[in-house]
Amino acid sequence: MQAFLKSDRPSLSAGTSLSSEDHTGQTAHRRKPPAPWVEKYRPRSINEIVEQKEVVSVLQKCIDGADLPNMLLYGPPGTGKTSIVLAAARQIFGDLYKERILELNASDERGIDVVRSKIKSFAQLTASSIRPDGKPCPPFKIIILDEADSMTHAAQAALRRTMEKESRSTRFCLVCNYVSRIIEPITSRCTKFRFKPLNEDKIIDRLQFICQRECVEMETNAYGRIVEISGGDLRRAITLLQSCQMLKKGGGKIMEDDLLEISGVVPQRYLVEFLSVCRSGNYSKLDEFVQDLSFEAYSIGQVLEQFNEFVLTHPDLSSDQKSVICDKLGECMFRLQEGGSEYLQIMDLGCTTILAFKK
Amino acid sequence: MALWVDKYRPRELSKLDYHKNQAEQLKNLSQQGDFPHLMFYGPSGAGKKTRIMCLLRELYGTGVERLRNETMTFTTPSNRKIEIMTVSSNYHLEVNPSDAGIYDRVVVIDLIKQVAQTHQIDPSGQHDFKVIILSEVDELTKDAQHALRRTMEKYVATCRIILSVNSTSRVIPAIRSRCLGIRVSAPKVDEIVTILNNVCRRESLTVPEELARRIAEKSERNLRRAILMLEACKVQQYPFTAKQEIADLDWQMYLKETANQIILEQSPSRLEKVRERLYELLSQGIPPDIIFKGLVQDLVKNCDMSLKAKTLEFACLYEHRMQNGSKHIFHLEAFVAQFMNIYKKFMSETIMMDEF
Ligand SMILES: Nc1ncnc2c1ncn2[C@@H]1O[C@H](COP(=O)(O)OP(=O)(O)OP(=O)(O)O)[C@@H](O)[C@H]1O
Ligand SMILES: [Mg+2]
Repeated sequence: MQAFLKSDRPSLSAGTSLSSEDHTGQTAHRRKPPAPWVEKYRPRSINEIVEQKEVVSVLQKCIDGADLPNMLLYGPPGTGKTSIVLAAARQIFGDLYKERILELNASDERGIDVVRSKIKSFAQLTASSIRPDGKPCPPFKIIILDEADSMTHAAQAALRRTMEKESRSTRFCLVCNYVSRIIEPITSRCTKFRFKPLNEDKIIDRLQFICQRECVEMETNAYGRIVEISGGDLRRAITLLQSCQMLKKGGGKIMEDDLLEISGVVPQRYLVEFLSVCRSGNYSKLDEFVQDLSFEAYSIGQVLEQFNEFVLTHPDLSSDQKSVICDKLGECMFRLQEGGSEYLQIMDLGCTTILAFKK
Repeated sequence: MALWVDKYRPRELSKLDYHKNQAEQLKNLSQQGDFPHLMFYGPSGAGKKTRIMCLLRELYGTGVERLRNETMTFTTPSNRKIEIMTVSSNYHLEVNPSDAGIYDRVVVIDLIKQVAQTHQIDPSGQHDFKVIILSEVDELTKDAQHALRRTMEKYVATCRIILSVNSTSRVIPAIRSRCLGIRVSAPKVDEIVTILNNVCRRESLTVPEELARRIAEKSERNLRRAILMLEACKVQQYPFTAKQEIADLDWQMYLKETANQIILEQSPSRLEKVRERLYELLSQGIPPDIIFKGLVQDLVKNCDMSLKAKTLEFACLYEHRMQNGSKHIFHLEAFVAQFMNIYKKFMSETIMMDEF
């Protein structure tokens, strides 16, 4: 709460002036948070960042006065990339934040023209090593390009020249999910930091911390379950936690079962049935099963992901069968991600599985 | 006069006919006066929109039902003007950004920025955020989805976003990570039957059990379609009879007949004819992936297992190309040509087998 009240975002602090009743009644003095927990517990200083040791130590050195390399941070969603960059920028520059930081994300225009004009002219500004109040600060500016994987290659290529020419007074920090979408000349000019999915105990620690602050009680198994569902995505884990607490009537302890429905995880019995329908070799049964599955609104992507695991560890399948099925699975998953039809992909997989049983 | 689907749409969470447990949960959610971004997902006609509106009403009161239709204008970086229809109340705004085609990114981003910046906290001070409903988010371009990422985080204090999607597989993981997913499965046949009975009771009509059940089964568990069919039946013939005919959707019959023509003859001239029919379907606004699905379902009926598998393999291949290309007709036609080819071979082989 403390960190939250100190927040320097005007919109957030305006929200705190609103009074509200408290539904649990246990902590009557508590105020309704105007922002969801993911934002409320977004780290404000880099010490609060869970894991990601290497980046934290590089940035810490910079806060202590050292120079900073150009950086490229990449990794799956919800692992702290945006948080750490924003927190570090604030810590390094304090009040000078506005003058020294240019933050552009995928929602901003970042075509070639912008790179050539806006980014270039910002990069050319000089930066002194003393703040107006006399304190020292690093003699450079930072340009943060969040979600850089959505920049076109042409724009990235244009960026490359600016990075080179303005290296004296400007540092670049690129953030993205997919490093393969960044062109080589840029990646080779940056120190790369990979953000791994967060570790189980780290997520649990953070969740416990939040539960304590928010006076929420949760069963031990439920922690494990959240971690499993989130797959190392802390944002997802926190959202799940808050959702459980909100969807539950009148508060009360959060149990493992509360999580099942909101997680979107496909119940095991569907996987079992899918395989047995395929084993029966009956195409129209398969068709019916697939229709049912989509009426139940389960995400086929999720089904395929879980089916992969299910097949790999299945005791009755031969390794030949496993390899045929998993090969097709990979193909279907790829096409699905590229926008292919859910129905066709899973039917294709079903047919392959049927044939694998017939061999 | 309003259609029955609209007339009898439940307006409150407590009046929802099925998924009552979930309705209860949504009520709890709204009572906290605050929630994360939400993503309602499920097949069409399952009641996503109805649930979203009920939730909003629970949160803001009847004010959300005073709707205005407005056309908003957006300007792309290349100075092209785009007009988009929106439906809004004092508390929320609904838009289908995919109406803007490849310019959907501009629409999504500008819209959220505008709403977030001009938002007024209502006088009673109870609500400090507005809601933006984005429908058919799975149809958004990747570009627009990427742009949504940080925008969703940045403006979360003043606006919550509710996404409505059919297939979550098309939503990028980074967006899924930012929402609480709410699964809305299609109503069961029995549930639809009950609802059809209720509608009839309120219209002071009587419907034979058998007819209600036949409609429910034919609707493919799409409640909207079921109620529309019921109303169409009423127009056709009243009093109802148990065995009365239920009209098929025109395009479904047309698609079936198209598949039939492919099965009957495999030749370049037939391909030409089929192509015209596919064009016709596309120009009627039938989504090309639905056409693919319908074709496959009918075409495989006469095939043996290995040909079925081949058909699906090709369907997947061409449908995938279609999603990433621009001219839908090319890929549909390529699939049909390919199918004609393998089917013809299959037929001549089976005939030869028979002769022996
Ligand atoms: N390493 C971490 N330490 C502490 N909190 C974290 C960490 N990672 C994620 N979070 C929590 O998750 C939220 C989202 O994190 P963040 O915005 O940094 O993710 P991201 O890596 O930028 O994801 P994306 O790729 O989707 O943009 C934060 O507000 C914070 O609450
Ligand atoms: Mg981010």
